[in-house]
This record gives sequence, C-alpha cells and structure tokens, in this order.
Amino acid sequence: MIYALLAGFAVGLLAPVAVRALRDRARWLITLLPLGLFTYFSHYVPRIQSGERIFFHYSWLPDLEIGLSLCLDGLSLLFALLITVVGAIVCAYSGEYLSGHRDLGRFYATLLAFMASMLGVVLSDNLIALFVFWELTSVTSYVLIGFDHEREAARSSALQALLVTGLGGLTLLAAFLLMKQVTGTFETSAMLQGASQLTASPLYPAIFFLILAGAATKSAQIPFHFWLPNAMEAPTPVSTYLHAATMVKAGVYLLARFSPILGGTELWQNWIIPLGAGTMVTGAWLALVQKDLKRILACTTVSALGICVLLIGMGTPTSLHACMLFLAAHGLYKGGLFLVAGIIDHETGTRDAEDLGRLGRAMPLTCAAAFLTALSSAGVYPFLGFIGKELLYESTLNASLPFLFTSSAVFTGMVFVTMGGIVAVRPFFRGDAQLPKIPHEPPPGMWLGPLVFGSLGLLLGLFPGILHSSLIVPAVHASLGQSVALEHPAWHGWDLKLLLSIGSLLAGGAVFWKWSIVRKFLAGWSIFRQVGPAALYDSSLTLLEVIARRQTRFFQSGRLNIYLLTVVLTAVAFLSWALSRDELSVSDLLLHRWRDVRLYEAIIAVVLLTSTVIAVKADSLLVAIVALGVVGYSVALVFLLFSAPDLAMTQFAIETLSVILLMLVLFRLPRLKNLSRRRNRLRDGIIALSAGAVTALLVLAVNASRGGGKIVTFYAENSLVLAKGRNVVNVILVDFRGFDTLGEITVLTVAAIGVYSLVKLRVPSGEEGDR
Amino acid sequence: MEVELAVAVGGLYAAGIYLVMRRSIIKLIIGLSLLGHAANLLIFTMGGLVRGQPPVMHPWETRLVGGFADPIPEALILTAIVIGFGVQAFAIVLIKHTYQATGTEDLKDLQSSDLTS
Repeated sequence: MIYALLAGFAVGLLAPVAVRALRDRARWLITLLPLGLFTYFSHYVPRIQSGERIFFHYSWLPDLEIGLSLCLDGLSLLFALLITVVGAIVCAYSGEYLSGHRDLGRFYATLLAFMASMLGVVLSDNLIALFVFWELTSVTSYVLIGFDHEREAARSSALQALLVTGLGGLTLLAAFLLMKQVTGTFETSAMLQGASQLTASPLYPAIFFLILAGAATKSAQIPFHFWLPNAMEAPTPVSTYLHAATMVKAGVYLLARFSPILGGTELWQNWIIPLGAGTMVTGAWLALVQKDLKRILACTTVSALGICVLLIGMGTPTSLHACMLFLAAHGLYKGGLFLVAGIIDHETGTRDAEDLGRLGRAMPLTCAAAFLTALSSAGVYPFLGFIGKELLYESTLNASLPFLFTSSAVFTGMVFVTMGGIVAVRPFFRGDAQLPKIPHEPPPGMWLGPLVFGSLGLLLGLFPGILHSSLIVPAVHASLGQSVALEHPAWHGWDLKLLLSIGSLLAGGAVFWKWSIVRKFLAGWSIFRQVGPAALYDSSLTLLEVIARRQTRFFQSGRLNIYLLTVVLTAVAFLSWALSRDELSVSDLLLHRWRDVRLYEAIIAVVLLTSTVIAVKADSLLVAIVALGVVGYSVALVFLLFSAPDLAMTQFAIETLSVILLMLVLFRLPRLKNLSRRRNRLRDGIIALSAGAVTALLVLAVNASRGGGKIVTFYAENSLVLAKGRNVVNVILVDFRGFDTLGEITVLTVAAIGVYSLVKLRVPSGEEGDR
Repeated sequence: MEVELAVAVGGLYAAGIYLVMRRSIIKLIIGLSLLGHAANLLIFTMGGLVRGQPPVMHPWETRLVGGFADPIPEALILTAIVIGFGVQAFAIVLIKHTYQATGTEDLKDLQSSDLTS
C-alpha cells in the first residue's frame, strides 16, 4: 500500500526525464501509473463491500505517536478511485493540451506529486499524516495554478489559493492537536471508538470551528469561495483535476470523515447546513453572471461543493447517500465539462461564451462528449446526475425547513441545467461566432477524456446498481459510522421529486434560451466585486505588506548602534524583570561576603576597574591599548588566584599576543575622537551602566543560589579512570568534550586564513596611501 | 571576593557596551575585547570562587577530592579565550583594511557597501 501511495512522488521525479527522452510518447507511459493505481484500488472493492476496513501501518515518528497509518474504508476507496480515474484521463489529456510545452516534464512531476498527496489525504488514518498530505496538496496546487508563471495573474491567483488553503491547513493542525489532547490519540479509527468523548468535551466548539475553517477554505465555502474562480488561471487539465474532481472535495471528505466523530450535534447542524446552503446559492448566482467558460464551471463547482456540505450537515442516511452519489456524479460530469472547455479554448483561442458558436460541425466527437456530460450535469434521466439530483431533492424535502432548502436546491439545479448548456451545447450549435482561430477536431488524446467521462455518467446512470453496492453504500457507512439499509436508487415513478426535477429542467432551459439578457441584467447589480470577501483578501494582503515594510524600516535601520541598543535594552528589560521576581537573598550576600576579601585581591579589582575606565576615556590609541592589556592581565591574575592556572596561562599568552597585534596593526591610525553627539553619548552611557548593574546583580543572584552540580562529580570521578588524565580541565577539553575543541581549532584556522588573506590582499587605498 | 568581582563584571560590561555603541570603529574593537573579558569573568564568578584548589589531582589520587574548583566553567572559558582571540585578530585586520579602503573610521559613513574613494 505504501508503494501505491508514494509511487506518485517517485514517478513524478522521473517524469521530466521521461518527457525529455520520449517527448510526446511519455504521456502514455505516465498515464499507466494512475491507471495501474486505479486497478490496484479496485481490487479492494469486494473486501470493502463486505464491510471490512483495511489498515496498514508504517512507522514514521513513533516517539511522537506519528505513524504513516493508512485506513482503507468505503469513503477513502470512493475518493481513491475517483482520484486515480480522473488522474489517468487528465494525464493523457494534458499530454496533448500542453504538447511541446517546454515545462511539460515539470508539469507531470507536480501533477503526479499532487495525485500522491491527494491519495495520502484520503488514506491517512493518522491525523498528522493527514495534515502533511493536506498541506502537500496546497503546495502542489500552488505550483500547478501558477504553472504559467510568467503571467502576473497566474502568480497572484496561485498565491491566493495557497494563502487561503494554507490558512485552513493551519487551523486544521490546531484542531488535530486539540483532538489529540481530548482523546489521547492521533488515529481517526481509534477516535471512532470513543466518539462521544469529543462532542462532550469543553474543547468541542473550538475543535469544530477549526475543522470547519479547514474544510471551508479547501472546499471553497463562503466566505472563502473567491479563490476557486480565480484559480481558473491554471491550465485546464489542472482545473479539471484539482478544482472539479479532487482537491476541492478534500474539505467535503474531511467533514464526511469526521461526521461520525464530531457530527450529530446542534452546533454541527446549525453551522454546516447554512454554510452549505449559502455556498450552494452563492455559487449558482455567481455562475449566472460569468461568461468565461471556465469561470462558469468554477462557480457551479462552488455551488456543487455547497450541496455536498449541506448534505453532510443534514447527516441523515438519505442525505449522506445523496452526498456520496452526487460526489461521484459531479466528479465525472464536471471533469468532462472542464475538458470540453479546455478543448474549445485550445482549438478556438477563446473561452468567452458570447463569442463562441458553430463548433458542432468542426468537432463532432467533442460535441458528442460535451452533450453527454451536459445532460448528466442537467440531471436528465437516465444519467448519473439524475439520481444525484433526485436524492438531493429527497433530502431537502425531509429537512427541517423543507420549503427553503428545496427551493434553493431547485434554483441550483436550474442553474446547473443552464450552465451545462452554456458550456457544452451553446458553443456547438449557436448560429454566429467570432473566433480567433478556425477550429478543428482535437487529437484523440483530448476528446477521449470527456467522452469517457460522459459515457461513464450514462453507463452508471443506466445501471445504478454497479456503483450503489460497490462504492456508495460502503462510503455512506463510513461517513455515518454505522451500517444502515439504503434504498436502491431506481425509477421511482411520478412523485414530487420528479416534478421538481422536471420543473428545474424547464426553468433551466428557459434561462438558457434567454441567457445573454439574463446575464447582462444580473451583472448590472452585482456589487460583490467591491465589498465581497475577495476585496477583503486584497486589502488584508496590502495591509500585511504595509506593516511588514514599516516594521522592517523600524528594526532594520542599517546602523550598528541602533541594533545594539535594541538588543541591550531587551536583555536589560528581561533580566531586570527576572531578577525582580527573584526572592534570593542578594542583600545577605552583599552584607556578609564582601568582607571575605584579601588586600591583594581588592587591589586587582581596583586596577581592573580603573584601567577599564581609562580604556573607555582614552583619546590616544596607545593608552587605550595599554589599558586593555592591563585589564587582560588583571583578569589573568583573578584566574590565577582562584584555582584556574590553565586559564591564567592562556590569558597571559593571549593578552600579550593581542596587545602586540593591536600595536602592530593599529598604531598608524589617528587619535580616537568623540564622533557622537554629547546627547547620544549620555544616552548610551546610561544604558551601558544599567546593563552593567543588571549583570552585576545577576552574578550576585547566581552566587546566592548555586547548588551542587552532578556533572562536576562525574568529571571528578572519571577523569583519571576513563581518560587517564589528572588535570581535569585538560581532560574535559581534549577528551570528554574533544569535538568542541576540534570546532574551536577549526574556528581558529578559519580566522587565521582570514587574517592571512586580508594581510595579503591589496585593496584600493583611500587617504592612507601605501600599506 | 564575589561581590567585588560582580562589580568588576558589571563595570566591564558597562564599558564594553558603551564602546561597541560608539561610531568609531576602533572603539568598537576595544569594546568587543572588554566584552570578552566581561563574559569570561561572569562565567568564572558564577562557577564559584575557590582559592588555591585547582581541579588537578595529586599523583597519589585517583579522583578529585575536597573543595576543588569547578572544572567545567574553566574548560568553557579556556575555549572562549582562544576563540575570542581569533575573532579579535580577524576584526583588527579587517578594520585596518576598511579604514585604508574608505579613509574613515566612522561607522556612520560605512553604511553603503560601495567604495566611494
């Protein structure tokens, strides 16, 4: 299983090589992967059908309880099959669509990586693994939407999609961590055992809203729906795969997956049902005013996602049944419609529905495929879309507010009829056309895809039993958390649902007839452009940039003393805060220990401080260097007096060297001047003195509270035994902490090389002339 | 002696910080050097002061006994002294060159990375 999951990444890595070597033929080779995966997943159908759930566990980070644990049940199988079958068609199609494109290899690599991530999302049982794959789909979709990266619009839409869905990913991670806190596990299957634990927890509302935010951003629910129409900047195969069939459904998958764990509460229904219904109507409404084929499809996809969310929110067996069936039906017909739109765009050079027409004779096969998908989209008997729509109406009729939900569902159904017609019928039969190019039938790789989608919609609609028992019923069981008997979808005879279905067909047909007029009428009072969430996104992005610029200008002044000032002030603030909280007897120490001093020690301290002051105040460089040397020797004496002979020796040697070095290198430099203004010097002086005072207090506080350490005992005991040395400091340096010393030697070597090369370097000289 | 050394550490820190905030690049070097001493003494004093008991065994002992000085801060400081010297040497040569190339010791005039001479 893990090979099936990760194959996409591996083959993706090889794809650019394959494309370079085999050119256009590479696509058939690459198509074999999703096709093979489809076959692989289909062989699990009988086992899943019998109610089994198949687990695979691969260790990943066992210490953090993060495993690559996979679970195959009805829900994930339905999605896995959808992902692989659409993946296969899209792989074959994009070989033609992007034929000869210089980045085709990169395209395939990302597409396959996306497929693998998407499979990971639907197969992961471990929440952290799910999160990782979830973010991977966001990242790969960013690359895919921005595939045509030389266009500004493509880049900004890609960024928009990444920011919106990435934000949702983060809320998801927060939700998962909270869920772990409540249940003590990251495994979804284990959470299912104690399902009531989560809904009863006081953290439940937080978890719910975080999950909802994750699902709503990914599945383009209001108010996050705006990214999906904008993502149509992507190449059409990408829109087909990501924005119709798979990625945008990840949010729906998530809600369905967590429905048995988190669902069934009032909160769940009160929020998800209005969210789904609102998205459904908004998407349909927005679709009516578009005239770009792909944007029309994107808006109807938003609407369809709203339907799925609405149905999951209702949570009854019928509504979940409707949701799963609609998912499959929508994946097939919307995928087909997108591919048709891609063909039209590819062959005519335009996607403007107002300009298109008369394509029927030029491309009959595409026309047939388009027709099949449009009929399924419209929900005409006996297509799969018909069953989906019937079940949708049945669910809304049984809902709490039947009139409201049914009328909005019928309105949406009507828009689906119209828009299917606009995309897949009108361009082929309309009387006049203004086309930039003369259209031809595309190569088989392109029309085959939509034809397969369309025929599948018809076939599965004619024989609904195939899908029903093998996939839909297990999927409903998985999202319900228990098994129930589901009515076999079939011809129900004349009832209210059928009348509604016919009504929406007729109304949709009427709107289709007068579409241009309706669109212009509606576009006239569309105010969402100025005040909608997309505008909010834009302004928050601008605000972010402004804040970032100001902040950078504030902190990055480019002047060393300002940086140091910030660092020192921060350190002083934190240290004094910590010291003020400390109730240590610093005063005791001050009172009793200051007398424990010998005369020569006191003299050393006085010399040290005096020469420090001289080093600061000196205006002759020579005096400053000598004073610095005196400070260094005083420090060495302190080391000597307080049992650190090694330190004293080193300090004496180094101090001598550095005084010589300073003299040699710097003695030609001019006298030290006071460059700063008096006010600044005073300010720095006060800050420096307060920093000094705080460090002095710190030393005292540490001395007042010091306890015995265990490490010292280790070195004291083992220095001779383990390392055969009597000088413990030496033993630590060359043996116990030998690698540190190696690092130190390396640093010294680097410094020496640096010094040597600088000395050898001839720089263009300024005032000083020769060197 | 802890109290006196604490005052010395504070004085060294104050002087070092004051000097590194100056605009003169040479004062910066001196300040860095003082800060190095300050940090070493800070660690040393924090490790505890012991007179005349270095962490070295007598030939007849197999382990350290009695109130010996803590060897760990000493090992740390030994490394710090040597590294500090490396840094100082490099900085001195670098500054000398900067001064020769630009003709100024004022950090305020060195904000641009382009040579103006």
